[in-house]
Amino acid sequence: MALKTEPFALNIGPAHPSTHGVFRMRATLDGEVIVDLEPVFGYLHRGVEKLAEQRTYTGFIPLTDRLDYLASMSNNMAYCLAVEKLAGIKVPERAQYLRAILAELQRIASHLIAIGAFLNDCGAFMTPILYMLREREKILDLFEMASGQRLTYNFMRIGGVSQDVPEEFLPALHRFMVQMPRFIDEYEQLLKENEILIARSKGVGILPKDLAINSGASGPVLRGSGVKWDIRKADPYAIYDRFGFDIPTGIMGDSYDRYRVRVEEMRQSLRIIKQAMEQIPAGPVRAEVPHLVHPPIGEVYARIEAPKGELGFYIVSDNSIAPYRLHIRAPSLINLTALREMIIGWKIADAIIIFGSIDICMAEVDR
Amino acid sequence: MTIALPGKEIADKLAGKFPGTIIDSNQNYCLVKSEALLRIGTFLKDNPELDFKYLNYITAVDYYEYFDVIYQLTSLQYNHSIILKTRCPRDSAVLPSVVGLWRTADFQEREIYDLMGIRFEGHPNMKRIVLWEGFAGHPLRKDFNGT
Amino acid sequence: MEVGSVRQRVYSDKELDQAEGAAIEALKAGSQQPIPDPDQWLEEELKRNILLTTVDAMINWARRNSLWPVVCFPACCAFEFITTAASRFDISRFGMEIIRASPRQADLMITAGTLTWKMAPNVRRIYDQMPEPKWVIAMGACGISGGIFASASYAVVPGYNRIVPVDVYVPGCPPRPEALLYGIRQLQKKIARESLAKRKA
Repeated sequence: MALKTEPFALNIGPAHPSTHGVFRMRATLDGEVIVDLEPVFGYLHRGVEKLAEQRTYTGFIPLTDRLDYLASMSNNMAYCLAVEKLAGIKVPERAQYLRAILAELQRIASHLIAIGAFLNDCGAFMTPILYMLREREKILDLFEMASGQRLTYNFMRIGGVSQDVPEEFLPALHRFMVQMPRFIDEYEQLLKENEILIARSKGVGILPKDLAINSGASGPVLRGSGVKWDIRKADPYAIYDRFGFDIPTGIMGDSYDRYRVRVEEMRQSLRIIKQAMEQIPAGPVRAEVPHLVHPPIGEVYARIEAPKGELGFYIVSDNSIAPYRLHIRAPSLINLTALREMIIGWKIADAIIIFGSIDICMAEVDR
Repeated sequence: MTIALPGKEIADKLAGKFPGTIIDSNQNYCLVKSEALLRIGTFLKDNPELDFKYLNYITAVDYYEYFDVIYQLTSLQYNHSIILKTRCPRDSAVLPSVVGLWRTADFQEREIYDLMGIRFEGHPNMKRIVLWEGFAGHPLRKDFNGT
Repeated sequence: MEVGSVRQRVYSDKELDQAEGAAIEALKAGSQQPIPDPDQWLEEELKRNILLTTVDAMINWARRNSLWPVVCFPACCAFEFITTAASRFDISRFGMEIIRASPRQADLMITAGTLTWKMAPNVRRIYDQMPEPKWVIAMGACGISGGIFASASYAVVPGYNRIVPVDVYVPGCPPRPEALLYGIRQLQKKIARESLAKRKA
């Protein structure tokens, strides 16, 4: 006897107990299986692109911090690279190395939260994320030593970084580097072969390779689907062509692959920091740039490999003290394009895991 | 290094296949007419030597009398990229949608409609995305006197 | 299976969007003035004629040492709140480690992030669903006045006190975990002075 079921609508609302922010999904369910999904966002739209036209170039740097607030150093760096490319400013060597070290440390901090929140969604309530927050606190101590702030650093400037790091920074970084590989091994020991994690995330939310490229995915989402594309290797910016590192890729494009890609990327970041620490020279940390930057008339697009994907800034300048138009190519927004295809056919609990494995930050989606 | 192909090179290729559709081209970009956008996009995507299967971003700029819409295309296989631009007048801001070619355009075209007011024909779901239904005006326009 | 057609039968997204948009515009029109802060405790400090009974002292002690926050995590301050709840700046020593997802079981709303007009009806609904007694801490510059985004006034609410009455304001962008703990301590001192006889109506 076949039961006739009526599909109904369920609102997975903007305030839900997951650490991913204010994201809303209107799901149509048949029984417990999701047959349609409509993502609704905009609950954190703060008009950053409009504000850029009212602030000077240097005055916009604090606003870039608040885009992907878990990776503030990367956002600062992308914006400063764009303005320096437009105005033709050359950054001194020591500043380049400091930027690379801080960006890679930021990648480790952001991936720790991504993995912790992903495991939180899988059901390991609070244990992995508390362990990872413990490591993240050590990284935040290093950042506080450099910039004075814990979350939104406002540390990079157009032409370099705002000030040199104190003498205790490099020894403390060295102590951190000695301990960190052991901690990643500790997490792997608990999680890599964990039956529940594999049962919940292997084969769940597969993003096929062609759909990933067609939807413009980037970062761990694209690499988890098997595409070996990393902007640090394909289009090197700053001094990334001087470091040797690998690009981990996944096989199937499911949530487990994206999780593994992030863990391996943390190890590669440690390799890059080690090489940068050996090569860093002494010298000035900031180029001679006037207070009010007047780039020549023109437009530029500069991008970096942020922890979440390809973060780019498109700036149009009309030779005044504020940009004429500034557009932010937000990786989290574009990674969400294929969300509907990834979730249809799964149940609500899997939908939360798939959404968590993409790792988005709502402040970047809505800007 | 991703090679940014010069706009003139692409303009020459396109002028051979689609005569009369190129408005302007220089070192950085190639500006085409909006009626020919879909044909040119299909050619750029399917041609095996160009292979522009990856659309980085779409954005729009308000230049008072007209709007410019900018597309950056990349080929992951050959590691080269171009910038394609198209233009529409301010009072009749309508353009064809490229959602059929590149799925990325889905949310980004809705955002341009929401914040700049340019409609994209052929988009399956043309409605506001970051602001609410019933909001009056388009904030990123230069003449928006926001409250 | 025709996926799109299933959804059309169940709900119409255009009608939902229009209804929500109308609610947002109505709330925006009705929130032009800030809601006054519930600050009777300051007057009592001056008057010095409030006598708390033993029952009051017991109840206040129980309430202030087991405040349960509700999930209200729009933006960046959310992460400083999560690190306050993590093992280094342990919030569990104040009895607050349970962050309830359901507002019916919570009594404190720590507003961690910028409030936009699109989100405002949802925050008001969460506040209304919390049972009495309830308190609100406005965390961060965006919670107090709209912060660094206040000039984009087309989208950002200039402070949570337009939507909900706020008891304690914690400045910072984002406030350090120690600053948040200081704000929670101030709220605990405020609760210690409340009296059942003079409950806010």
